[in-house]
Amino acid sequence: MSIFSNVIPTVIHAAPLAPDWPSGFWSHLIIFVVILFIFYIFMAMAFIYFERRVISRFQIRIGPNRIGPFGLFQPVADVIKILIKEDIIPGNVDKIIYILAPAVAVVPSILVFAVIPFQNGTALIDLNIGILYIVAISSVSTVGLVMAGWSSNNKYALISAMRIIAQVVSYEIPMALAILGVVLFSGTLSMNGIVQAQTVPYILLQPLGFVIYFLASMAEINRTPFDLLEAEGEIVAGFNIEYSGFKFALFFLTEYAEAIAVSAIITTLYLGGWKGPFLPPILWFLIKVFAVFALIIWVRATLPRLRIDQVMGFAWKCLLPLAILNLLITACQVVFWPALSQWIIAGVNIVLSAVLVVLWSRFFRLTGDKVEA
Amino acid sequence: MKLKNYGEGIVKGMAVTMKNALRRPITTQYPEQKLNVSRRTRGNQLVWNKEACIACSMCARACPVNCITMVTSRDENKKLKVDKMDYDAGVCIFCGLCVEACPQKCLFLSTDYEKARYSRKDLQLTKEDILMTEKSKPSGYYSPEHEAKLPIQTLLIDRK
Repeated sequence: MSIFSNVIPTVIHAAPLAPDWPSGFWSHLIIFVVILFIFYIFMAMAFIYFERRVISRFQIRIGPNRIGPFGLFQPVADVIKILIKEDIIPGNVDKIIYILAPAVAVVPSILVFAVIPFQNGTALIDLNIGILYIVAISSVSTVGLVMAGWSSNNKYALISAMRIIAQVVSYEIPMALAILGVVLFSGTLSMNGIVQAQTVPYILLQPLGFVIYFLASMAEINRTPFDLLEAEGEIVAGFNIEYSGFKFALFFLTEYAEAIAVSAIITTLYLGGWKGPFLPPILWFLIKVFAVFALIIWVRATLPRLRIDQVMGFAWKCLLPLAILNLLITACQVVFWPALSQWIIAGVNIVLSAVLVVLWSRFFRLTGDKVEA
Repeated sequence: MKLKNYGEGIVKGMAVTMKNALRRPITTQYPEQKLNVSRRTRGNQLVWNKEACIACSMCARACPVNCITMVTSRDENKKLKVDKMDYDAGVCIFCGLCVEACPQKCLFLSTDYEKARYSRKDLQLTKEDILMTEKSKPSGYYSPEHEAKLPIQTLLIDRK
Protein backbone atom coordinates (compact mmCIF):
# COMPACT_ATOMS: atom_id res chain seq x y z
CA MET A 1 0.00 0.00 0.00
CA SER A 2 3.02 2.26 0.10
CA ILE A 3 2.44 3.35 -3.52
CA PHE A 4 -0.52 5.36 -2.21
CA SER A 5 1.60 8.43 -1.78
CA ASN A 6 -0.18 11.46 -0.41
CA VAL A 7 -0.36 13.65 -3.50
CA ILE A 8 -2.43 16.37 -1.87
CA PRO A 9 -0.07 17.95 0.63
CA THR A 10 -2.09 19.05 3.59
CA VAL A 11 -1.44 21.91 5.93
CA ILE A 12 -2.31 20.48 9.29
CA HIS A 13 -2.10 23.43 11.64
CA ALA A 14 -3.29 21.37 14.52
CA ALA A 15 -4.33 17.86 15.25
CA PRO A 16 -7.94 17.13 14.29
CA LEU A 17 -10.30 18.78 16.71
CA ALA A 18 -11.73 16.59 19.40
CA PRO A 19 -15.30 15.54 18.59
CA ASP A 20 -16.53 17.47 21.62
CA TRP A 21 -14.37 20.60 21.19
CA PRO A 22 -14.09 22.93 23.14
CA SER A 23 -15.18 20.99 26.24
CA GLY A 24 -18.04 18.64 26.64
CA PHE A 25 -21.23 17.94 24.74
CA TRP A 26 -23.35 21.02 25.48
CA SER A 27 -20.76 23.72 24.84
CA HIS A 28 -19.83 21.96 21.57
CA LEU A 29 -23.47 21.77 20.53
CA ILE A 30 -24.27 25.41 21.31
CA ILE A 31 -21.10 26.84 19.76
CA PHE A 32 -21.45 24.83 16.57
CA VAL A 33 -25.17 25.48 16.18
CA VAL A 34 -24.50 29.22 16.41
CA ILE A 35 -21.53 29.00 14.01
CA LEU A 36 -23.48 26.88 11.52
CA PHE A 37 -26.51 29.15 11.62
CA ILE A 38 -24.38 32.25 10.98
CA PHE A 39 -22.54 30.35 8.24
CA TYR A 40 -25.89 29.31 6.74
CA ILE A 41 -27.34 32.82 6.61
CA PHE A 42 -24.14 34.50 5.43
CA MET A 43 -23.38 31.87 2.81
CA ALA A 44 -26.93 32.10 1.47
CA MET A 45 -26.53 35.87 1.10
CA ALA A 46 -23.05 35.46 -0.35
CA PHE A 47 -24.35 32.92 -2.86
CA ILE A 48 -27.20 35.20 -3.93
CA TYR A 49 -24.72 38.03 -4.47
CA PHE A 50 -22.19 35.72 -6.15
CA GLU A 51 -24.78 34.23 -8.48
CA ARG A 52 -26.11 37.63 -9.53
CA ARG A 53 -22.62 38.96 -10.23
CA VAL A 54 -21.42 35.87 -12.08
CA ILE A 55 -24.56 35.35 -14.16
CA SER A 56 -24.40 39.01 -15.20
CA ARG A 57 -20.83 38.49 -16.41
CA PHE A 58 -22.06 35.64 -18.59
CA GLN A 59 -24.75 37.97 -19.96
CA ILE A 60 -22.17 40.76 -20.62
CA ARG A 61 -23.63 42.87 -17.81
CA ILE A 62 -22.08 44.16 -14.59
CA GLY A 63 -24.71 43.09 -12.07
CA PRO A 64 -25.67 44.77 -8.79
CA ASN A 65 -23.08 47.45 -8.03
CA ARG A 66 -24.98 50.28 -6.39
CA ILE A 67 -25.44 49.35 -2.73
CA GLY A 68 -22.15 49.37 -0.87
CA PRO A 69 -18.75 48.67 -2.42
CA PHE A 70 -19.25 46.46 -5.52
CA GLY A 71 -22.91 46.12 -4.56
CA LEU A 72 -21.96 43.92 -1.63
CA PHE A 73 -24.95 44.98 0.45
CA GLN A 74 -27.47 44.15 -2.26
CA PRO A 75 -28.57 40.90 -0.57
CA VAL A 76 -29.06 42.82 2.70
CA ALA A 77 -31.32 45.28 0.91
CA ASP A 78 -33.20 42.39 -0.70
CA VAL A 79 -33.72 40.74 2.68
CA ILE A 80 -35.02 43.97 4.22
CA LYS A 81 -37.33 44.51 1.27
CA ILE A 82 -38.72 40.99 1.39
CA LEU A 83 -39.23 41.05 5.16
CA ILE A 84 -41.25 44.28 5.22
CA LYS A 85 -43.62 42.99 2.55
CA GLU A 86 -47.16 42.08 3.52
CA ASP A 87 -47.54 38.44 4.55
CA ILE A 88 -50.62 37.38 2.58
CA ILE A 89 -52.59 34.21 3.30
CA PRO A 90 -55.03 33.77 0.41
CA GLY A 91 -58.66 32.95 1.21
CA ASN A 92 -59.10 29.36 0.12
CA VAL A 93 -55.75 27.83 1.03
CA ASP A 94 -55.36 24.85 3.34
CA LYS A 95 -54.21 27.06 6.18
CA ILE A 96 -52.28 24.70 8.47
CA ILE A 97 -50.33 23.06 5.65
CA TYR A 98 -49.82 26.41 3.93
CA ILE A 99 -48.19 27.89 7.03
CA LEU A 100 -46.26 24.71 7.86
CA ALA A 101 -44.79 24.21 4.37
CA PRO A 102 -41.95 26.82 4.44
CA ALA A 103 -40.74 25.50 7.81
CA VAL A 104 -40.78 21.90 6.58
CA ALA A 105 -38.78 22.98 3.54
CA VAL A 106 -36.19 25.09 5.34
CA VAL A 107 -35.36 22.92 8.36
CA PRO A 108 -33.85 19.93 6.45
CA SER A 109 -31.77 22.32 4.37
CA ILE A 110 -30.21 23.60 7.63
CA LEU A 111 -29.80 20.09 9.07
CA VAL A 112 -27.60 19.00 6.15
CA PHE A 113 -24.80 21.29 7.37
CA ALA A 114 -24.47 19.34 10.62
CA VAL A 115 -22.13 16.73 9.10
CA ILE A 116 -20.14 18.78 6.58
CA PRO A 117 -16.49 18.96 7.67
CA PHE A 118 -15.02 22.47 7.32
CA GLN A 119 -11.60 21.24 8.26
CA ASN A 120 -10.21 18.10 9.80
CA GLY A 121 -12.89 16.96 12.23
CA THR A 122 -14.54 20.38 12.45
CA ALA A 123 -18.21 19.66 12.14
CA LEU A 124 -21.19 19.72 14.44
CA ILE A 125 -20.98 15.95 14.50
CA ASP A 126 -18.87 13.52 12.49
CA LEU A 127 -21.50 10.85 11.96
CA ASN A 128 -20.18 7.49 10.83
CA ILE A 129 -23.13 7.38 8.40
CA GLY A 130 -22.66 11.03 7.32
CA ILE A 131 -23.38 10.74 3.61
CA LEU A 132 -26.37 8.45 4.20
CA TYR A 133 -27.72 11.06 6.64
CA ILE A 134 -27.35 13.76 3.96
CA VAL A 135 -29.16 11.70 1.31
CA ALA A 136 -31.96 10.96 3.76
CA ILE A 137 -32.37 14.47 5.17
CA SER A 138 -32.04 16.49 1.98
CA SER A 139 -34.95 14.68 0.34
CA VAL A 140 -37.27 15.73 3.18
CA SER A 141 -37.15 19.31 1.83
CA THR A 142 -39.18 18.08 -1.11
CA VAL A 143 -42.10 17.31 1.21
CA GLY A 144 -42.24 20.99 2.16
CA LEU A 145 -42.33 22.07 -1.46
CA VAL A 146 -45.06 19.55 -2.29
CA MET A 147 -47.07 20.72 0.73
CA ALA A 148 -46.75 24.32 -0.50
CA GLY A 149 -47.89 23.40 -3.99
CA TRP A 150 -50.75 21.26 -2.73
CA SER A 151 -52.13 23.66 -0.12
CA SER A 152 -51.99 26.79 -2.28
CA ASN A 153 -55.27 26.00 -4.08
CA ASN A 154 -53.72 27.11 -7.34
CA LYS A 155 -53.41 25.03 -10.47
CA TYR A 156 -49.91 26.24 -11.34
CA ALA A 157 -48.70 25.45 -7.83
CA LEU A 158 -50.26 22.01 -8.07
CA ILE A 159 -48.65 21.27 -11.44
CA SER A 160 -45.36 22.36 -9.94
CA ALA A 161 -45.86 20.06 -6.94
CA MET A 162 -46.54 17.12 -9.25
CA ARG A 163 -43.40 17.90 -11.21
CA ILE A 164 -41.32 18.08 -8.01
CA ILE A 165 -42.48 14.64 -6.95
CA ALA A 166 -41.75 13.08 -10.35
CA GLN A 167 -38.39 14.78 -10.83
CA VAL A 168 -36.84 14.70 -7.37
CA VAL A 169 -37.82 11.11 -6.61
CA SER A 170 -36.41 9.93 -9.96
CA TYR A 171 -33.10 11.73 -9.54
CA GLU A 172 -32.58 10.45 -5.98
CA ILE A 173 -31.69 7.03 -7.38
CA PRO A 174 -28.78 7.87 -9.74
CA MET A 175 -27.57 10.36 -7.12
CA ALA A 176 -27.38 7.73 -4.38
CA LEU A 177 -25.77 5.21 -6.77
CA ALA A 178 -23.13 7.75 -7.79
CA ILE A 179 -22.34 8.42 -4.14
CA LEU A 180 -21.90 4.67 -3.57
CA GLY A 181 -18.92 4.68 -5.96
CA VAL A 182 -17.15 7.16 -3.69
CA VAL A 183 -18.10 5.17 -0.63
CA LEU A 184 -16.65 1.98 -2.18
CA PHE A 185 -13.32 3.67 -2.85
CA SER A 186 -13.04 5.35 0.53
CA GLY A 187 -14.49 2.48 2.55
CA THR A 188 -16.36 4.82 4.88
CA LEU A 189 -19.66 6.70 5.03
CA SER A 190 -18.30 9.40 7.31
CA MET A 191 -17.82 12.73 5.51
CA ASN A 192 -14.55 13.46 7.30
CA GLY A 193 -13.39 9.91 6.63
CA ILE A 194 -14.08 10.35 2.90
CA VAL A 195 -11.95 13.50 2.84
CA GLN A 196 -9.14 11.82 4.72
CA ALA A 197 -9.27 8.83 2.36
CA GLN A 198 -8.78 11.02 -0.72
CA THR A 199 -5.10 10.82 -1.61
CA VAL A 200 -6.18 11.50 -5.19
CA PRO A 201 -9.30 13.69 -5.56
CA TYR A 202 -12.16 11.35 -6.37
CA ILE A 203 -13.13 13.46 -9.39
CA LEU A 204 -10.23 11.68 -11.12
CA LEU A 205 -11.08 8.23 -9.79
CA GLN A 206 -14.81 8.65 -10.37
CA PRO A 207 -15.21 10.99 -13.37
CA LEU A 208 -18.45 9.37 -14.49
CA GLY A 209 -19.75 9.29 -10.92
CA PHE A 210 -18.96 13.00 -10.61
CA VAL A 211 -20.87 13.85 -13.79
CA ILE A 212 -23.84 11.73 -12.71
CA TYR A 213 -23.86 13.19 -9.20
CA PHE A 214 -23.49 16.73 -10.55
CA LEU A 215 -26.39 16.39 -13.01
CA ALA A 216 -28.62 14.54 -10.55
CA SER A 217 -28.02 17.07 -7.80
CA MET A 218 -28.74 19.91 -10.23
CA ALA A 219 -32.11 18.26 -10.74
CA GLU A 220 -32.51 17.74 -6.99
CA ILE A 221 -32.01 21.42 -6.20
CA ASN A 222 -33.97 22.49 -9.30
CA ARG A 223 -31.25 24.51 -10.98
CA THR A 224 -31.73 25.75 -14.48
CA PRO A 225 -31.61 22.95 -17.01
CA PHE A 226 -33.99 21.10 -14.67
CA ASP A 227 -35.93 23.99 -13.13
CA LEU A 228 -39.29 22.66 -14.28
CA LEU A 229 -40.94 23.31 -10.96
CA GLU A 230 -40.59 27.05 -11.34
CA ALA A 231 -40.63 27.29 -15.12
CA GLU A 232 -41.53 30.96 -15.48
CA GLY A 233 -42.83 30.66 -19.02
CA GLU A 234 -45.09 27.73 -18.24
CA ILE A 235 -46.33 27.81 -14.67
CA VAL A 236 -45.53 31.38 -13.55
CA ALA A 237 -43.48 30.70 -10.40
CA GLY A 238 -44.37 27.17 -9.43
CA PHE A 239 -45.08 26.02 -5.91
CA ASN A 240 -44.36 29.38 -4.25
CA ILE A 241 -46.76 31.40 -6.41
CA GLU A 242 -49.14 32.19 -3.51
CA TYR A 243 -46.39 32.98 -1.01
CA SER A 244 -45.08 36.40 -0.09
CA GLY A 245 -43.06 38.10 2.62
CA PHE A 246 -41.26 35.96 5.15
CA LYS A 247 -42.68 32.65 3.92
CA PHE A 248 -41.41 33.34 0.42
CA ALA A 249 -38.06 34.32 1.92
CA LEU A 250 -37.87 30.90 3.59
CA PHE A 251 -38.42 29.14 0.25
CA PHE A 252 -35.80 31.34 -1.35
CA LEU A 253 -33.41 30.55 1.50
CA THR A 254 -34.11 26.82 1.06
CA GLU A 255 -33.25 27.01 -2.62
CA TYR A 256 -29.90 28.65 -1.99
CA ALA A 257 -29.15 26.55 1.10
CA GLU A 258 -29.60 23.45 -1.03
CA ALA A 259 -27.22 24.93 -3.60
CA ILE A 260 -24.65 25.55 -0.84
CA ALA A 261 -25.19 22.03 0.50
CA VAL A 262 -24.74 20.44 -2.93
CA SER A 263 -21.60 22.49 -3.59
CA ALA A 264 -20.24 21.48 -0.19
CA ILE A 265 -21.07 17.80 -0.76
CA ILE A 266 -19.43 17.79 -4.21
CA THR A 267 -16.40 19.47 -2.64
CA THR A 268 -16.25 16.88 0.09
CA LEU A 269 -16.89 13.80 -2.04
CA TYR A 270 -15.04 14.59 -5.25
CA LEU A 271 -12.66 17.53 -4.77
CA GLY A 272 -10.82 16.58 -1.63
CA GLY A 273 -12.82 18.72 0.83
CA TRP A 274 -10.64 20.83 3.08
CA LYS A 275 -7.35 19.38 1.74
CA GLY A 276 -4.98 21.63 -0.13
CA PRO A 277 -1.55 23.21 0.03
CA PHE A 278 -0.44 26.51 1.58
CA LEU A 279 -3.83 27.96 2.59
CA PRO A 280 -5.72 27.04 5.75
CA PRO A 281 -8.20 24.15 5.27
CA ILE A 282 -11.32 26.25 5.89
CA LEU A 283 -10.27 28.62 3.11
CA TRP A 284 -9.64 25.72 0.72
CA PHE A 285 -13.08 24.40 1.55
CA LEU A 286 -14.75 27.75 0.78
CA ILE A 287 -12.76 28.25 -2.44
CA LYS A 288 -13.83 24.83 -3.70
CA VAL A 289 -17.46 25.43 -2.71
CA PHE A 290 -17.55 28.69 -4.64
CA ALA A 291 -15.80 27.08 -7.62
CA VAL A 292 -18.44 24.34 -7.77
CA PHE A 293 -21.19 26.93 -7.51
CA ALA A 294 -19.57 28.93 -10.32
CA LEU A 295 -19.77 25.80 -12.47
CA ILE A 296 -23.46 25.46 -11.59
CA ILE A 297 -24.02 29.09 -12.61
CA TRP A 298 -22.07 28.53 -15.82
CA VAL A 299 -24.39 25.66 -16.71
CA ARG A 300 -27.39 27.85 -15.84
CA ALA A 301 -26.11 30.61 -18.12
CA THR A 302 -25.73 28.18 -21.01
CA LEU A 303 -28.43 25.54 -21.14
CA PRO A 304 -32.15 26.01 -21.78
CA ARG A 305 -34.81 24.23 -19.78
CA LEU A 306 -35.65 20.63 -20.68
CA ARG A 307 -39.15 19.37 -21.29
CA ILE A 308 -40.67 17.24 -18.52
CA ASP A 309 -40.57 14.00 -20.56
CA GLN A 310 -36.95 14.71 -21.50
CA VAL A 311 -36.09 15.23 -17.83
CA MET A 312 -37.69 11.95 -16.81
CA GLY A 313 -36.18 10.10 -19.77
CA PHE A 314 -32.75 11.48 -18.91
CA ALA A 315 -33.01 10.18 -15.34
CA TRP A 316 -34.30 6.68 -16.10
CA LYS A 317 -32.76 5.90 -19.47
CA CYS A 318 -29.42 7.67 -19.21
CA LEU A 319 -28.30 8.45 -15.66
CA LEU A 320 -29.64 5.32 -13.92
CA PRO A 321 -28.00 2.70 -16.22
CA LEU A 322 -24.77 4.68 -16.28
CA ALA A 323 -24.81 4.96 -12.49
CA ILE A 324 -25.32 1.20 -12.13
CA LEU A 325 -22.48 0.50 -14.60
CA ASN A 326 -20.25 2.97 -12.77
CA LEU A 327 -21.01 1.24 -9.48
CA LEU A 328 -20.26 -2.17 -11.03
CA ILE A 329 -16.94 -1.01 -12.50
CA THR A 330 -15.94 0.63 -9.21
CA ALA A 331 -16.83 -2.48 -7.24
CA CYS A 332 -14.75 -4.66 -9.59
CA GLN A 333 -11.78 -2.32 -9.27
CA VAL A 334 -12.00 -2.25 -5.48
CA VAL A 335 -12.28 -6.04 -5.28
CA PHE A 336 -9.76 -7.10 -7.93
CA TRP A 337 -7.14 -4.32 -7.93
CA PRO A 338 -6.98 -3.18 -4.30
CA ALA A 339 -3.20 -2.61 -4.42
CA LEU A 340 -2.97 -0.89 -7.81
CA SER A 341 -1.79 2.71 -7.95
CA GLN A 342 -4.73 5.12 -7.85
CA TRP A 343 -3.27 7.04 -10.77
CA ILE A 344 -3.60 3.98 -13.02
CA ILE A 345 -7.17 3.44 -11.84
CA ALA A 346 -7.87 7.12 -12.49
CA GLY A 347 -6.56 6.84 -16.05
CA VAL A 348 -8.58 3.68 -16.72
CA ASN A 349 -11.72 5.26 -15.30
CA ILE A 350 -11.40 8.48 -17.31
CA VAL A 351 -11.09 6.48 -20.53
CA LEU A 352 -13.91 4.13 -19.50
CA SER A 353 -16.30 6.97 -18.67
CA ALA A 354 -15.59 8.74 -21.96
CA VAL A 355 -16.33 5.49 -23.82
CA LEU A 356 -19.50 4.91 -21.78
CA VAL A 357 -20.81 8.44 -22.37
CA VAL A 358 -20.22 8.16 -26.12
CA LEU A 359 -21.75 4.65 -26.20
CA TRP A 360 -24.80 5.77 -24.25
CA SER A 361 -25.35 8.73 -26.53
CA ARG A 362 -25.92 6.15 -29.32
CA PHE A 363 -29.20 5.21 -27.63
CA PHE A 364 -30.56 8.75 -27.92
CA ARG A 365 -31.12 9.91 -31.44
CA LEU A 366 -32.72 13.09 -32.67
CA THR A 367 -35.83 12.60 -34.76
CA GLY A 368 -37.27 15.95 -35.74
CA ASP A 369 -37.85 17.87 -32.52
CA LYS A 370 -38.09 14.77 -30.38
CA VAL A 371 -35.35 13.00 -28.46
CA GLU A 372 -36.19 9.34 -28.31
CA ALA A 373 -34.56 6.49 -26.54
CA MET B 1 -20.39 4.81 -36.50
CA LYS B 2 -20.02 8.54 -36.73
CA LEU B 3 -18.85 10.25 -33.58
CA LYS B 4 -21.70 12.74 -33.34
CA ASN B 5 -24.39 13.79 -30.87
CA TYR B 6 -22.62 12.57 -27.76
CA GLY B 7 -23.06 15.85 -25.93
CA GLU B 8 -20.50 17.98 -27.75
CA GLY B 9 -23.22 20.60 -28.33
CA ILE B 10 -23.30 21.29 -24.59
CA VAL B 11 -19.53 21.78 -24.54
CA LYS B 12 -19.77 24.17 -27.50
CA GLY B 13 -22.49 26.14 -25.74
CA MET B 14 -20.45 26.34 -22.55
CA ALA B 15 -17.50 27.65 -24.58
CA VAL B 16 -19.70 30.37 -26.07
CA THR B 17 -20.96 31.56 -22.68
CA MET B 18 -17.43 31.53 -21.30
CA LYS B 19 -16.26 33.64 -24.23
CA ASN B 20 -19.01 36.13 -23.43
CA ALA B 21 -18.13 36.12 -19.74
CA LEU B 22 -14.60 37.29 -20.56
CA ARG B 23 -15.84 40.17 -22.71
CA ARG B 24 -16.12 43.74 -21.51
CA PRO B 25 -19.64 44.46 -20.18
CA ILE B 26 -21.81 46.16 -22.75
CA THR B 27 -23.92 48.08 -20.24
CA THR B 28 -23.57 51.79 -19.57
CA GLN B 29 -23.62 52.99 -15.96
CA TYR B 30 -26.12 55.70 -16.76
CA PRO B 31 -25.83 58.66 -14.42
CA GLU B 32 -22.03 58.46 -14.45
CA GLN B 33 -21.50 57.38 -18.04
CA LYS B 34 -23.54 58.83 -20.86
CA LEU B 35 -23.62 57.92 -24.50
CA ASN B 36 -23.61 60.58 -27.22
CA VAL B 37 -26.97 60.85 -28.90
CA SER B 38 -27.40 61.01 -32.65
CA ARG B 39 -26.07 64.30 -33.98
CA ARG B 40 -29.29 65.01 -35.87
CA THR B 41 -31.55 63.96 -32.99
CA ARG B 42 -35.14 65.13 -33.17
CA GLY B 43 -37.23 64.61 -30.06
CA ASN B 44 -36.00 67.04 -27.43
CA GLN B 45 -37.41 70.43 -26.58
CA LEU B 46 -36.62 73.63 -28.49
CA VAL B 47 -33.72 75.99 -27.96
CA TRP B 48 -33.98 79.57 -29.08
CA ASN B 49 -31.38 82.13 -30.05
CA LYS B 50 -32.90 85.33 -28.69
CA GLU B 51 -30.45 87.76 -30.34
CA ALA B 52 -31.02 86.52 -33.88
CA CYS B 53 -34.82 86.39 -33.62
CA ILE B 54 -36.71 88.96 -35.66
CA ALA B 55 -40.08 88.21 -34.04
CA CYS B 56 -41.76 87.15 -37.26
CA SER B 57 -43.91 84.48 -35.54
CA MET B 58 -43.34 82.05 -38.39
CA CYS B 59 -42.60 79.28 -35.91
CA ALA B 60 -45.91 79.78 -34.12
CA ARG B 61 -47.77 79.68 -37.45
CA ALA B 62 -45.93 76.57 -38.65
CA CYS B 63 -46.67 74.60 -35.50
CA PRO B 64 -49.36 71.98 -36.25
CA VAL B 65 -50.32 71.56 -32.60
CA ASN B 66 -50.07 75.22 -31.58
CA CYS B 67 -47.61 74.68 -28.79
CA ILE B 68 -45.71 77.89 -29.53
CA THR B 69 -47.33 81.19 -28.56
CA MET B 70 -45.50 84.32 -29.67
CA VAL B 71 -46.72 87.80 -28.76
CA THR B 72 -44.84 90.72 -30.35
CA SER B 73 -44.94 94.52 -30.19
CA ARG B 74 -43.11 97.48 -31.73
CA ASP B 75 -40.46 99.26 -29.72
CA GLU B 76 -39.58 102.97 -29.98
CA ASN B 77 -37.59 102.39 -33.19
CA LYS B 78 -40.65 100.68 -34.71
CA LYS B 79 -38.81 97.42 -34.63
CA LEU B 80 -40.64 94.21 -33.73
CA LYS B 81 -39.69 92.69 -30.39
CA VAL B 82 -40.77 89.51 -28.65
CA ASP B 83 -42.94 90.10 -25.58
CA LYS B 84 -43.91 86.53 -24.99
CA MET B 85 -42.53 83.27 -26.32
CA ASP B 86 -44.36 80.41 -24.62
CA TYR B 87 -43.58 76.86 -25.54
CA ASP B 88 -45.51 73.87 -24.15
CA ALA B 89 -43.11 70.91 -24.32
CA GLY B 90 -45.87 68.59 -23.17
CA VAL B 91 -47.91 69.35 -26.30
CA CYS B 92 -45.00 69.50 -28.74
CA ILE B 93 -44.74 66.58 -31.17
CA PHE B 94 -41.11 67.38 -32.10
CA CYS B 95 -41.90 67.45 -35.81
CA GLY B 96 -39.34 70.18 -36.47
CA LEU B 97 -41.60 72.27 -38.74
CA CYS B 98 -40.92 75.41 -36.67
CA VAL B 99 -37.19 74.85 -37.12
CA GLU B 100 -37.65 74.56 -40.87
CA ALA B 101 -39.93 77.62 -40.97
CA CYS B 102 -37.55 79.97 -39.14
CA PRO B 103 -36.10 82.45 -41.68
CA GLN B 104 -33.25 83.50 -39.35
CA LYS B 105 -32.30 79.99 -38.24
CA CYS B 106 -32.61 80.95 -34.61
CA LEU B 107 -34.83 78.08 -33.43
CA PHE B 108 -33.55 74.52 -33.02
CA LEU B 109 -34.38 71.21 -31.50
CA SER B 110 -31.87 70.44 -28.72
CA THR B 111 -29.61 67.56 -27.80
CA ASP B 112 -30.53 67.69 -24.10
CA TYR B 113 -32.65 64.61 -23.35
CA GLU B 114 -33.00 64.73 -19.56
CA LYS B 115 -36.16 66.79 -19.52
CA ALA B 116 -38.57 64.67 -17.50
CA ARG B 117 -40.60 66.66 -14.97
CA TYR B 118 -42.83 65.78 -12.07
CA SER B 119 -45.92 67.69 -13.26
CA ARG B 120 -47.35 68.81 -16.56
CA LYS B 121 -47.25 72.42 -15.42
CA ASP B 122 -43.46 72.31 -15.36
CA LEU B 123 -43.46 71.55 -19.08
CA GLN B 124 -45.06 74.89 -19.97
CA LEU B 125 -41.93 76.88 -20.70
CA THR B 126 -41.38 80.60 -21.19
CA LYS B 127 -38.73 82.33 -23.22
CA GLU B 128 -36.18 82.22 -20.40
CA ASP B 129 -36.42 78.42 -20.24
CA ILE B 130 -35.57 77.74 -23.88
CA LEU B 131 -32.48 79.89 -24.25
CA MET B 132 -29.26 78.27 -25.37
CA THR B 133 -27.08 77.08 -22.50
CA GLU B 134 -24.00 74.96 -22.16
CA LYS B 135 -26.12 71.87 -21.57
CA SER B 136 -28.89 72.49 -24.03
CA LYS B 137 -27.18 72.80 -27.40
CA PRO B 138 -28.87 72.92 -30.81
CA SER B 139 -29.01 69.53 -32.50
CA GLY B 140 -27.94 69.06 -36.09
CA TYR B 141 -31.51 68.72 -37.30
CA TYR B 142 -31.95 71.08 -40.31
CA SER B 143 -28.70 72.86 -39.47
CA PRO B 144 -25.55 71.18 -40.83
CA GLU B 145 -23.34 73.87 -39.26
CA HIS B 146 -24.39 72.75 -35.78
CA GLU B 147 -24.19 69.07 -36.71
CA ALA B 148 -20.50 69.47 -37.56
CA LYS B 149 -19.78 70.79 -34.05
CA LEU B 150 -21.42 67.90 -32.18
CA PRO B 151 -19.59 64.70 -31.14
CA ILE B 152 -20.28 61.54 -33.15
CA GLN B 153 -22.93 59.22 -31.74
CA THR B 154 -21.59 56.30 -29.66
CA LEU B 155 -22.88 52.97 -30.85
CA LEU B 156 -22.69 49.86 -28.64
CA ILE B 157 -21.83 47.87 -31.75
CA ASP B 158 -18.49 49.70 -31.86
CA ARG B 159 -17.59 48.37 -28.40
CA LYS B 160 -15.40 45.34 -28.43
